[in-house]
Amino acid sequence: MPELIVTKDIDTPGLDTLEVYKQHEGYQGLEKALREYQPDDLVELVKKSGLRGRGGAGFPTGLKWSFLAKNDKPRYLCCNSDESEPGTFKDRMLMEKNPHQLVEGVIITSYACRINLAFIYVRGELPYAARQVERAVQEAYAAGYLGQNILGSGYSLDVIVHRGAGAYICGEESALMESLEGRRGYPRLKPPFPAAIGLYGGPTVINNCETLSALPAIVRNGAEWYASFGTEKSRGTRIFCLSGHVKKPGNYEMPLGLPFRTLIYDEQYGGGILNDKKLKAFIPGGSSSPMLPADKVDVTTDYEAVAAAGSMSGSGGVIVMSEDTCIVGAVLRMVEFYRDESCGKCTPCREGTYWLTQLLHRLEHGGGKQKDIDLLLDICDNLAGKSFCPLGDAATSPIVSGVKLFREEFEEHVRAGGCPQRLALARAH
Amino acid sequence: MISEQAKQRMYALASRYPVARSAILPALHVAQEEEGYLTSEGIATVAEVLNLTTDDVKSVATFYTMYYHRPHGRKVMSVCTGISCYLRGCDALVEHLEERLGIKRGETTADGNFTLECAECLASCGTAPVLQVNGEFVENVTPELADSLLDELGRELKVKKVEVRAETEIRR
Repeated sequence: MPELIVTKDIDTPGLDTLEVYKQHEGYQGLEKALREYQPDDLVELVKKSGLRGRGGAGFPTGLKWSFLAKNDKPRYLCCNSDESEPGTFKDRMLMEKNPHQLVEGVIITSYACRINLAFIYVRGELPYAARQVERAVQEAYAAGYLGQNILGSGYSLDVIVHRGAGAYICGEESALMESLEGRRGYPRLKPPFPAAIGLYGGPTVINNCETLSALPAIVRNGAEWYASFGTEKSRGTRIFCLSGHVKKPGNYEMPLGLPFRTLIYDEQYGGGILNDKKLKAFIPGGSSSPMLPADKVDVTTDYEAVAAAGSMSGSGGVIVMSEDTCIVGAVLRMVEFYRDESCGKCTPCREGTYWLTQLLHRLEHGGGKQKDIDLLLDICDNLAGKSFCPLGDAATSPIVSGVKLFREEFEEHVRAGGCPQRLALARAH
Repeated sequence: MISEQAKQRMYALASRYPVARSAILPALHVAQEEEGYLTSEGIATVAEVLNLTTDDVKSVATFYTMYYHRPHGRKVMSVCTGISCYLRGCDALVEHLEERLGIKRGETTADGNFTLECAECLASCGTAPVLQVNGEFVENVTPELADSLLDELGRELKVKKVEVRAETEIRR
């Protein structure tokens, strides 16, 4: 059984309480950080560990921290727990079952970055997770891990748990800051990046919940230890969220660099395709990442290999589609998400996602024309790289990869006047 | 009616943040908890506490999907229709619930007990298909589980049986 880091002991009853958390090395990472490290040395430690952001972009965490502008403005940390990428459900589990690990990671990060106020932005649709984190924060205050002069170190930190209210776009870091400042979640122009000018205009670090949750173990056990897992450029472990047509969907922490085949078929993980069907395609990193065909199942899960295969490691949300899946229907459902979640600010995305779903709807439900398929690709071309934020790009991933891999299925929909599966079902009734 | 208690909670929230305006989302949650949806009184209270205009508050409130601007049922059932739930049969689940409740997605039953809505990915893909009842998860929802859930909720609401209604009022 490979080493578990962020999900170690996660099913221990009571782990969400301070008492039990402390029986599992809880807050020893923080104590060691305050006792043995100056803030800048901690940044170097995290750089050496090779930890990369687990939200979606995979940016080296220590490097991001080192970009913080050196001025007198108040600095902030935002924990991004707005988990909304379709196919992703790891941060919810971490917050519900091990909220103290996240809180400890928040405190370590804030200390390393000389931050005295941290926010934990929890997606609005996860009220239980938010309650768990809030309770852990209160327990931490009561035990002296938060507030003034933490453990006599002279360092002080306040944490605010802030619930969102339903907006995928607020998981984008600049939209998250807009939302935190009390506005509609419209992304901001970048540069400037948050490390330079962020929340309330001050230098800001924004890290994903899982990224922060890895820090206590990294501080306890050292950078070399963490870097000993994974591959040379993709160090450590990450939680893969397996869903779709597998026998055992769920969250599985694995070292980076094993093949997707292991995650999908191994008995200790996915256990194979539902009903022993054949694999048709899989999406490696949440619906914003291009889908990959079945013959790419031996691609390894490290960031480099997935990129080389033509997709992205993204959020770690691995969505499995078996041979029974109508790709056109699946693509339609995914693009509807982007249409609904588009903030509306920029025309390519607002109009583009709408027209993409209109065309896909025609193809799936009747009325689609042969030229629609190339029109879909044309609209995607007007969207990708031309919208204000990555949501526009993400909306094109399912279509571009779906048509590239399964174009004849789209053409069949045109010939049949709709989805052949749906039509066959309708005829049978 | 926004109680004085609720208003004080909003003031307390506002004082936590470096800038009071940041409390707008939490304050709107408080207002919605009080009245079940955002009334003009709720919006006005948030505006007053945070020293904003009601238009400003409304413009923020209308961006986020969790704030309701009309009354909803006592039990709001949000069925996830994200791609992973789609692959595990959520469309059939929605249809099943529409049939049992006698309403279409987006509507509320005439007796004001149930609202049925579709939600975007709720971060529960490993236990698909899922739904939330007033924000709390019900996972691995088979048609049988959906039926017993409705029966249980019906008992809770002291409704004899949850069945297809002859007349339903369309409230969106």
